[in-house]
Amino acid sequence: MAVFLAKRAGQALVAIFGVMTLVFFIQRLTGDPTYLLVPETATQADIEAMRQSLGLDRPLLVQYLSFLADIVRFDLGRSFIQNIPVTEIIASRLPYTLQLAGGALFVAFMIGLPIGLILALARKYKSSNILMGVVLAAQSLPTFWSGILMIMVFGVWLGWLPPSGSGSFAHLIMPSIALGLLSMATYARIARSSILDELSKDYVRSARARGVPQGRLVRRHLLRNSIIPVISITALEISQLLAGAVIVETVFAWPGLGLLTVQSVVARDFVVVQGVVLLGAFVTIAVNFIADILYSVVDPRIRLDGAGQ
Amino acid sequence: MTTLINRIRPIFLSSGSGVPTGFFIGIVALMVIVAVFAPWIAPYDPNAQNLLGRLKAPGTEARNVLYVLGSDELGRDLLSRLIYGARISLSVAFLSVILSGCVGILLGMLAGYRRGWVETVIMRLVDIFLSVPAILLAIITVAVLGPGFINVILVLALTRWPRYARVAYGQTLSVAGQPYVRLARAMGASWGRILLLHILPNIIAPLSVVATLEFGLMVLFEAGLSFLGLGVQPPTASWGAMLSVGRNYVSNAWWIATFPGLCLFMLVLSVNLIGDRLSEYLNPKSR
Repeated sequence: MAVFLAKRAGQALVAIFGVMTLVFFIQRLTGDPTYLLVPETATQADIEAMRQSLGLDRPLLVQYLSFLADIVRFDLGRSFIQNIPVTEIIASRLPYTLQLAGGALFVAFMIGLPIGLILALARKYKSSNILMGVVLAAQSLPTFWSGILMIMVFGVWLGWLPPSGSGSFAHLIMPSIALGLLSMATYARIARSSILDELSKDYVRSARARGVPQGRLVRRHLLRNSIIPVISITALEISQLLAGAVIVETVFAWPGLGLLTVQSVVARDFVVVQGVVLLGAFVTIAVNFIADILYSVVDPRIRLDGAGQ
Repeated sequence: MTTLINRIRPIFLSSGSGVPTGFFIGIVALMVIVAVFAPWIAPYDPNAQNLLGRLKAPGTEARNVLYVLGSDELGRDLLSRLIYGARISLSVAFLSVILSGCVGILLGMLAGYRRGWVETVIMRLVDIFLSVPAILLAIITVAVLGPGFINVILVLALTRWPRYARVAYGQTLSVAGQPYVRLARAMGASWGRILLLHILPNIIAPLSVVATLEFGLMVLFEAGLSFLGLGVQPPTASWGAMLSVGRNYVSNAWWIATFPGLCLFMLVLSVNLIGDRLSEYLNPKSR
């Protein structure tokens, strides 16, 4: 266990280090990152002053090391537009994105799991094809289109829900559905194949032979054994949701990290963009790390020495 | 030729959701034809503004212009813009799939065949790229490079090559030990020749499924970047950019957002279904 943990933690650290290097490299794709950091109206003298104050005139290696050192100290720099530390800006927006991601996961799980169950149990009936069609459609639905359609129907025509913004629980409903539909399709497919796997096993047949009623069979036997892949996919879904939030938050003017990223790109506030990207990557790495460990805790059959992989 | 038709026929007729796959292949083919022949098909100039014909509903006529699908906030014909928008969607998706596919497959095969430090470096790089959410990586790169047609393709290729590399790597590992590869090496074939002539043809099938599904994703990515204003720049018609205009007019001009979204949805749905069917056909075990 300790060896597995150490090895896995080492991999995560390498990935974090790699992401920081990647971002540092991307900053310099066009040569001099100073131009990314100054307002468009800056004069040549301003640019020169900025370059010196940020230390961008130092050797590349020195810049790289100080970039790493800053991040390790949780210093993501200062926004030049708003003139406050990036960590503060991110902290003020993070709760909104967490609410949205939570809502979307709830939608995805509560709709996807039952659909997957029905698809697996009713696969012999032709009508289950329609449900499969719904899943495939949800998978191909551009979130910015489904979001706008919902705003149009429920926000403008029917007037049931606030079309955009934040402030109440009602504001959260449409963005959560728009963001959750994609993950819903993933959950439905994973749940379907996982339950189908279990259905063909001996213990299901013997339970049926003992006369266990269908409802009890599903609750007590099938769901419990087939839930593990569904839980482990959540780790992947969380990073999907973070990415999807960029679009959904823009559609619904939801003031989370996604909208912040887009606003910062438009306002040329590069330090903030970089901060959100680093955060997104760290969260993805951390969630995958935790999922790997949880996975082996939940299912003792998975071997921890790495030989089973 | 007949054997080819006989091999393709089951893909055309198979149906997972009640509709034969041939229907979806037809939709994609139609969109490709419309995109290629856009100047001859489009009824009007997609960028011609008509300030007296702003926000006209579908089917209305203003100043001798019939707006079949309505007009946008500058009085431009929505149908013509949709037709030209297909060009952007399809060409960006196609070129970025080709670019990321070539880079990813080459690196993946190299990692799987050469092993050693080449494998370590390439596959660590893949892990690192995959740990940044793709759209965030695309946004930060666009923020540095600036928007535009070529840059969007470069950015998408930069973000997506690891997908191919990972599949190509796994496939190469399973093929590299086969007798015919060992034989080729024993006969003195260079590793470049082995990769391209012996390994690539045998791993291309699963990679073509990845490429098909990636194509749908690239269409969505391009539209997403354009929606955020980071893709192809106005006045060039792009479905994503049209949707973002439509977002501002949801209360009085429903058609601006509805039709481009519908086109996107149909294209992506068709491509995804074709990809699904292709993967079932190539991998009978999953049926």
